[in-house]
Amino acid sequence: MKNSFLSKLTFWKGFAIIVLIIAAYAVFVRFTNGLGAATNLKDEFPWGLWIGFDILCGVGLAAGGFTLCGIVYIFNIKSFKPIIRPAVLTAFLGYLLVIAALLIDLGRPYRIWHAIIMWNPKSVMFEVAWCVMLYTTVLALEFSPAVFEKLKWNFPLKIIKSITIPLVILGVILSTLHQSSLGSLYLIVPNKLYAFWYSSLLPVFFFLSALTIGFAMVIIESYLSSRAFNKQLELPLLIRLGQVIPILLLIQLVIKVIDFADRGVFNLLLVPRTETYLFYIEMLFAIFIPMFMLFSKKIRYSRAGLFYASLFAVLGFILNRMNVSITGMEAGSGTTYTPHWMEYFITLGIVTLGFIAFSYAVKYLNVFEKSPEAEVTESPVVTSVKQLEIQVNK
Amino acid sequence: MKKKALLIDITKCVGCQQCAIACKEQNNLPDIEETKLSATAYTVVEERGEHYVRRLCMHCNEPTCVSVCPVGAFEKTPEGAVLYDEYKCIGCRYCMMACPFQVPRYEWYSTTPRVQKCRMCIERVRDGKVPACVQACETGASQFGEYYQMLQIAHQTIKAEPDKYVNHIYGEKEVGGTSVLYISDVPFEKIGFKTNLGTVPLPEYTWKALSKIPSVVLVGGTLLYGIWWITSRRKEVIEYERKLKEQKNEEEEG
Repeated sequence: MKNSFLSKLTFWKGFAIIVLIIAAYAVFVRFTNGLGAATNLKDEFPWGLWIGFDILCGVGLAAGGFTLCGIVYIFNIKSFKPIIRPAVLTAFLGYLLVIAALLIDLGRPYRIWHAIIMWNPKSVMFEVAWCVMLYTTVLALEFSPAVFEKLKWNFPLKIIKSITIPLVILGVILSTLHQSSLGSLYLIVPNKLYAFWYSSLLPVFFFLSALTIGFAMVIIESYLSSRAFNKQLELPLLIRLGQVIPILLLIQLVIKVIDFADRGVFNLLLVPRTETYLFYIEMLFAIFIPMFMLFSKKIRYSRAGLFYASLFAVLGFILNRMNVSITGMEAGSGTTYTPHWMEYFITLGIVTLGFIAFSYAVKYLNVFEKSPEAEVTESPVVTSVKQLEIQVNK
Repeated sequence: MKKKALLIDITKCVGCQQCAIACKEQNNLPDIEETKLSATAYTVVEERGEHYVRRLCMHCNEPTCVSVCPVGAFEKTPEGAVLYDEYKCIGCRYCMMACPFQVPRYEWYSTTPRVQKCRMCIERVRDGKVPACVQACETGASQFGEYYQMLQIAHQTIKAEPDKYVNHIYGEKEVGGTSVLYISDVPFEKIGFKTNLGTVPLPEYTWKALSKIPSVVLVGGTLLYGIWWITSRRKEVIEYERKLKEQKNEEEEG
């Protein structure tokens, strides 16, 4: 048993090393021969996998950080404190990786600082740039207590703790702006983005779906961490998050229906073309499957049920972002785009770096153990749904 | 300097490519024949059925590229030209993604890539000359002059031969109007023009969302602070009541 676990671990280690080597080669090619040598991007289709997956999905999947901070510090629901650090860590690493992807995607990354001094407040990209800079700083500060505790630096720890509330409020606002502004990026292309996805409500959809997926990501990452690092699963807390997800999904569904009615695009649902099929798959995974799964108490109260419902929601979320940024843009741009293998490997390499950084942080810092002053809500081993229910409603 | 415009009469274009050649010469671009716009071809004449359509930057009145560039690398000059500053550009390519006419081109194989497109020969125009492409046009398919004058000529040409020309000046109203105008004897959608662009300048769609940021920040900040105040106050009260109760119990027991 133990042996197979070890061999599994070395398999993933080997896999990670190979991916990183290939990704490093791809990065080398991109920086020595230009974007054209490493990507299938073209003049008619200048944004590809890196924008669509690494940036749009990366930022969205990091949403668990601000939602949990809001729950614990603004709504004062302190019972969620045990899972706040892994969520903030994921968000922080997520943003660092988004910046890494951005530096690879930008034609002249060494000029990234231009956005600080050359302003164009009419540009959504300008807003995005500032949100990335400021929110990454906020995340670093929000996660810094874990580092200060380790180093036993009590003075900076005290300062950070004293500004927690303003910091969290700032973080929630910046996240709201950032998540929605990624949707606003596409408001400028009403004639390129297919009608299922182009809507003046794009920023609203991007924000709400990020909010939802933030919770789903916290569930997934708690589930995986509990297995990888042999720690106890905070099941009652996750079940409570699992209660919120289907409600948020229902809200999105209602807004989507109203939006479709408003714009009169229901008839497009019957047009046989790729976009239609992709939209159906997206709705199935992003909304319907996780919503019905999590509305069911039986599924919600099982760890596997929670995990798979969240996983489907995340897959649906990723498909949504890919549809907005790639598949929904192809017809309107009069061209097609399939990522170059180097684009895939650089993306894969960035995700791998994220996993490695996460496991090192867990190893050396107090990520899962409760911080000293955290309220102790030790959850005893739960055996039945009844007992769980008592804990969930506590 | 008054606003200028290019007027292209598709019925007069014979596809000789003199404009494209002159453009390359003027802008010191490599002397190779190209059939599509590229980083080394700011204008080309494309064959579309039996018609020739010259493509170049439309120099929009309210340019999408100017509005989307995060570092303000694009500007709309008083002459009407839309210019790009390669020293500001960070290479995000949002201008290319957002351009409704898909004009900006990128130097994909450069390690210091630039966005490239027609500059309306701004130096020549400021010297009182016409752009190199117009100078080179031998059939009069391309004309250049003051914006309203060009618009007037376009209207007059259509009015003079209403059976020949379609009653549509492409660029008069599209995305809020452009400084390049086309007239044609066939409907524009039949020769590859995008006729679904609408008359609203695209930056307005973005501005509707961007202009809400201050209220999101103010209302959001106040709301969050308020919620925090209420929830922490409630906690204090509960804690206080619990202590009171404990004291009471102790007193009763004592």
